[in-house]
Amino acid sequence: MLKIKELHASIEDKEILRGVNLELNAGEVHAIMGPNGSGKSTLASVLIGRDGYQVSGSVSYEGQDLLALSPEERAAAGVFLAFQHPVEIPGVGNMYFMRTALNSLRRQRGQEELDPVDFLALAQERMKLVEMDQSFMNRSVNEGFSGGEKKRNEILQMAILEPKLAILDETDSGLDIDALRIVANGVNALRSAGRSMLVITHHQRLLDYIVPDRVHVMTAGQIVRSGDKDLAVELEANGYTSVQQANAGRLAPVGVAR
Amino acid sequence: MSAPTIAPGISDEVRELANQEYKYGFVTDLDTDVAPRGLNEDIIRLISSKKNEPEWLLEWRLRAYRHWITLTPPTWQHVSYGPVDYQDIIYYAAPKPKKNLGSLDEVDPEVREMFDKLGISLGEQERLSGVAVDAIVDSVSVATTFKDKLAEVGVIFCSFSEAVQNHPDLVRQYLGSVVPYNDNFFASLNAAVFTDGSFCYIPKGVHCPMELSTYFRINAADTGQFERTLIIAEEGAYVSYLEGCTAPVRDTNQLHAAVVELVALDDAQIKYSTVQNWYPGDADGNGGVYNFVTKRGMASGKNSKISWTQVETGSAITWKYPGVVLKGDNSVGEFYSVALTARRQQADTGSKMVHIGKNTKSTIISKAISAGHGQNTYRGLVDMRHSAVGARNFTQCDSLLIGNDSGAHTLPYIVVKNKTGQVEHEASTSKIGEEQLLYCRQRGIPEEEAVSMIVNGFCREVFKMLPMEFAVEAQKLLTVSLEGSVG
Ligand SMILES: Nc1ncnc2c1ncn2[C@@H]1O[C@H](COP(=O)(O)OP(=O)(O)OP(=O)(O)O)[C@@H](O)[C@H]1O
Ligand SMILES: [Mg+2]
Repeated sequence: MLKIKELHASIEDKEILRGVNLELNAGEVHAIMGPNGSGKSTLASVLIGRDGYQVSGSVSYEGQDLLALSPEERAAAGVFLAFQHPVEIPGVGNMYFMRTALNSLRRQRGQEELDPVDFLALAQERMKLVEMDQSFMNRSVNEGFSGGEKKRNEILQMAILEPKLAILDETDSGLDIDALRIVANGVNALRSAGRSMLVITHHQRLLDYIVPDRVHVMTAGQIVRSGDKDLAVELEANGYTSVQQANAGRLAPVGVAR
Repeated sequence: MSAPTIAPGISDEVRELANQEYKYGFVTDLDTDVAPRGLNEDIIRLISSKKNEPEWLLEWRLRAYRHWITLTPPTWQHVSYGPVDYQDIIYYAAPKPKKNLGSLDEVDPEVREMFDKLGISLGEQERLSGVAVDAIVDSVSVATTFKDKLAEVGVIFCSFSEAVQNHPDLVRQYLGSVVPYNDNFFASLNAAVFTDGSFCYIPKGVHCPMELSTYFRINAADTGQFERTLIIAEEGAYVSYLEGCTAPVRDTNQLHAAVVELVALDDAQIKYSTVQNWYPGDADGNGGVYNFVTKRGMASGKNSKISWTQVETGSAITWKYPGVVLKGDNSVGEFYSVALTARRQQADTGSKMVHIGKNTKSTIISKAISAGHGQNTYRGLVDMRHSAVGARNFTQCDSLLIGNDSGAHTLPYIVVKNKTGQVEHEASTSKIGEEQLLYCRQRGIPEEEAVSMIVNGFCREVFKMLPMEFAVEAQKLLTVSLEGSVG
């Protein structure tokens, strides 16, 4: 479903991704861990088509060249990112925003649009999944939402938009213990044979709830180690230094990691 | 910004929208009665006699003209344009009626068709959702709908010319009482040459049963449009009034110098909404309407209230400062504005609130959007006089920039001569967020639609003040005006 080969990305003259290779099959959940500044969010940004990077390498998504598509086309193809820092859009109602998004996707896919009544029914059902109150739908997109509420709102959008490839960038950061459980349950409910997920996180705790098929460690713009869920436990105990040392031979760090 | 580009992934609908040029730019071939170019006392006498005006009105016009020739055009505004040759303008143009109008059904079919094309119905049976319309082409009013129905409750709604004939005392009492003939360069010019406009009188205690609306259309070439609107709300009366405007695409500039005067007596309320969509000129700044307008309300009675809501998306240059003189104790003045400048448009606009009475209150909410090479200046005056004990003002000016070549400027002037006066001012300027755009596009919303959504969100506080249909219209207008501004 997703094949990333030798992906490089730089901004101005700074190389951030330095040859990422990753393969994700339909229905799989992979976790990406790694120190601050190692390029995890950059990978997500490149996958959704954020402007401003010089990119080389290839990303094939369901057989298509993902890098050739505009952000909205990628969305229509089923790519979704739960942002690490969801932005506020003053004056634009959350409900209206999500309906417009869903209908844009449906339009691009040649499906009929949902009217406000049908959409409301759908939204109400999905809101239960993340235990979100209706009042959030009447507010402006993310405006004045707490950090945790913003993250929950991201997962609600994922539940409504039903992507095929969901990238969750630190969706667990800033969540209290109960919210973490709620969000994780929501995510688990959305796991299905046709939906793959890339879960970026710093906390092994999240992976106790959302049990990944694979865990990758990214340092300095490369995936330096991959393993099963136990790798996350090992990292929790020993930190990233052990991983970096293990790979010191083949990695020449250029001071990208802070 | 380079040539406007449209993201490759956008939907056909948006593409169509984006390719849509100024859609009101057609010219209707009307047989028009025009005066010779230029301005002198003879032209004024001609206009006055065409309109069969009483002597006092001609005298007033001539006084205005004699004052005007001593003036020079203002230069303090933050806009630039070549000098206007006031002798090269046609000051009177009127579509020739094919016959005398006995009823609305006899409106010239070509005129009717023109308004149909604009989406304005002059047929009462088609009931424009209960909005009474006064339609003005070039210099004269061609039709006023629902007159009889309004007359039943005592509301007078007619063209200015008719008011001069049928209600001369009211006109004489209030004309120039809010914007005197010597108020400013353009107001003097208007007083000298105004040709028509709307007149509206709401008697004591009457809540006007429908929205009143004037629709302005400049059709003839090289014609100035100088209309004058006068609205009087007697004690306890209420009226909501809408104004819409368009003009054909022409490569020369057209001058529009209107005056609007509002008078609200004790406990009266006037809500005046404008959606201004004059031709803005092309992408290189050729052509377009010069919109130099003086609008002022006199909240003369206690507890009276005057609200201006404007959505300005058209015109090459906009110069207008709708204001309220808050004379009555506890009177309220409001100004809600969305001004959009795209292409090479320039706008210098804002509000003037003059607090005279006790406990007077004013609110100014201005939303300026600049795209392309558009330049947008907010200029506002809050003036609290000695007498204005307990006066309060709240001003909020927000600017949104799209692209790298647009500009926004905020020039608030505050004069407070009263220790108890309270003035609050908030201002912000932001660039349309790359982050917001990406967020919308990541969710599948095409770029152009995302921009329009973000901009409409930015303007929401103002749009919600507009009557429902106008709000919808205003949102569409913004979307169309922003087309091609991204990329
Ligand atoms: N626009 C930019 N200009 C310059 N450097 C950038 C830019 N964007 C990202 N970087 C740098 O690229 C590196 C990778 O950033 P990225 O956000 O991908 O890290 P991350 O792995 O997601 O970190 P974290 O765990 O803290 O979220 C960082 O050193 C960051 O400072
Ligand atoms: Mg990150």
